[in-house]
Amino acid sequence: MKKALISVEDLSMGYGETALLEHASFEVARGDVFVILGGSGCGKSTLLRHLIGLETPMAGRIRVAGEAPSLEGAAPRYGVMFQSGALFSSMSVGENVAFALQEWTHLPLEAVDAIVRAKLALVGLEGAEDKLPAELSGGMRKRAAIARAMAFEPTLIFLDEPSAGLDPVSAVELDELILALNRNLGLTVVMVTHELESIFKVGKTCIMLDRETRSIIARGEPKRLRTESADPKVRRFFNRETSVPQWQ
Amino acid sequence: MTDVEAMDRPSLVYDERLSLVAGMLQRFSWQRLDGDSGVVRLQLGGSIAIEDAAALWKRISETLAGDLAGVRSVELDMSGVQMIDGACMALLVQLRSDLRGRRIACEFVGGTGEVRRIVDLYGGRKKARHKRAQRKPLSAIEQVGSSTLDILAELKQILDFIGQLTASTLHVIKHPKSLNLRDVTLTMERAGADATPIVLLINFLMGFVMAYQSAAQLKQFGANIYVADLVGVSMTRELGPLMMAIIICGRSGAAFAAELGTMKVSEEVDALRTLGFLPLPFLVLPRMLGLILVAPVLVLLADAVGILGGALVATLTLDITPTSFFIQLQSAVKTSDVVSGVIKGMVFCGTIALISCQQGLATSGGAEGVGRRTTSAVVSILFALIVLDAIFTVILGAFGL
Repeated sequence: MKKALISVEDLSMGYGETALLEHASFEVARGDVFVILGGSGCGKSTLLRHLIGLETPMAGRIRVAGEAPSLEGAAPRYGVMFQSGALFSSMSVGENVAFALQEWTHLPLEAVDAIVRAKLALVGLEGAEDKLPAELSGGMRKRAAIARAMAFEPTLIFLDEPSAGLDPVSAVELDELILALNRNLGLTVVMVTHELESIFKVGKTCIMLDRETRSIIARGEPKRLRTESADPKVRRFFNRETSVPQWQ
Repeated sequence: MTDVEAMDRPSLVYDERLSLVAGMLQRFSWQRLDGDSGVVRLQLGGSIAIEDAAALWKRISETLAGDLAGVRSVELDMSGVQMIDGACMALLVQLRSDLRGRRIACEFVGGTGEVRRIVDLYGGRKKARHKRAQRKPLSAIEQVGSSTLDILAELKQILDFIGQLTASTLHVIKHPKSLNLRDVTLTMERAGADATPIVLLINFLMGFVMAYQSAAQLKQFGANIYVADLVGVSMTRELGPLMMAIIICGRSGAAFAAELGTMKVSEEVDALRTLGFLPLPFLVLPRMLGLILVAPVLVLLADAVGILGGALVATLTLDITPTSFFIQLQSAVKTSDVVSGVIKGMVFCGTIALISCQQGLATSGGAEGVGRRTTSAVVSILFALIVLDAIFTVILGAFGL
């Protein structure tokens, strides 16, 4: 196995005094596309926020490239795309992408502009530099958010439900973009999603969280879990089975 | 007589087809058939849609309030129903839950096609779930305790904020380049330059009204000239900075709280952190600094137009020439009055930025949370301004100023 980029040991996390996950341990290998799965409210996005360093765990240890995740006023060590994109609404798309570069590098404006144009072209948004986030569609906003996350050349990117709320074509395009970034740049991707097509298309490894047991109930390759898992919850998830009665 | 035969004997028949509710013809029937061994069949028929919900609920309530002694089980017979919608199905499911709560078995029977699907979809085949635990109302003491804990938590949040802000300020003093200068100038423009017309108008009218109100009294004592003292001292020491702060609170305080609140709920603040920026030095300090820097200009403008308003009234109604007014003003208003007013204005503006940004960054829960925090910010600022004004009065009085 490749050397782990993220290691989580005995993690307990939640909100307030409510635990969502207890004593969880897992690793994310370099170059992996690691998918966090689970039903609604099981703590997928919360786990992602813990990995990013936006939340403090109740107990346990998280290490990203050997260090505790920290966001304390330093150049970004990894890219993050939030579910809504979270582009700064008062800035143009170009300014959003250039934002961290201007702060953390001493590049002249022309060089920053060149990088911004290249990053936007990478996500298929050539010429959108001067547009405001409000002028973009949902899919474009998410791609712009990926461009902003990629601006500082991270080796690791976190994506929170990238395909949620997108039309099928935009969702497929986004999946292909994630795959291309992973294959061509060796980018490690950690993503939360429950879009089955995305999971099977881009996911190399996954963990599945369970709200009832507050634990990881499955881990491994998504395609194998679909056919080989003995856990009925896991099988139901991967095979789109429902507890709602089926009509005759 | 068998149970089935007994069921054929109607004990209560209610035909809703004959009733008119809200001018609409009801299209369903409801028939109760009492069996011998405590088995009751409720036969429903026709089409039951949301328009019939009120009539259906009335029948359900009557059934529950009526004679259920000796009833062991109730069968909700759906075989005569041609159509039922989700809302009415939910009412029938509620009837079943209530009956089961009284230890009377209750099941849906019959029904085909679409009707059966709706019955199944709304849990017709499922076992009744545990009744939702009733939330116990809090006693007065518990409510006081809970509110106290909430206030303490809020206080802790505010102290945390002030602590972090102090650390951020020290960091910016050590590394001035880390200051987000763009937002400082933007704040000065939006909160200062853009607010100038309204500050001028309100303060001009303040001076005008004050002089007008006092003119009649001063005339009685032949003390017309003292209108310059009255307007000059009260505008520079008190009303200039206070009115300016109230306008800034309404314009910029609310805007800061709403802007940062929206950024918080749309994850922009989190995004900022992931790009290596700390929200306090990046968002709060520039706004605070921008407001503090524009405060002296706005206070001096407020003082000037307020006095001008007073001078206009003095000239028009008290027969005082502008020259006499300003000579009297010079002797009445000391430099310390103007300076103390300016300092007051700066402290007021700093407080407005502090409270509005703290409230904005404490926002949670979407659009409703933004509205709640914005309201809370404006109310807290107004309260803080009055308290600060009182403190200033006491302190300046103690120093003989």
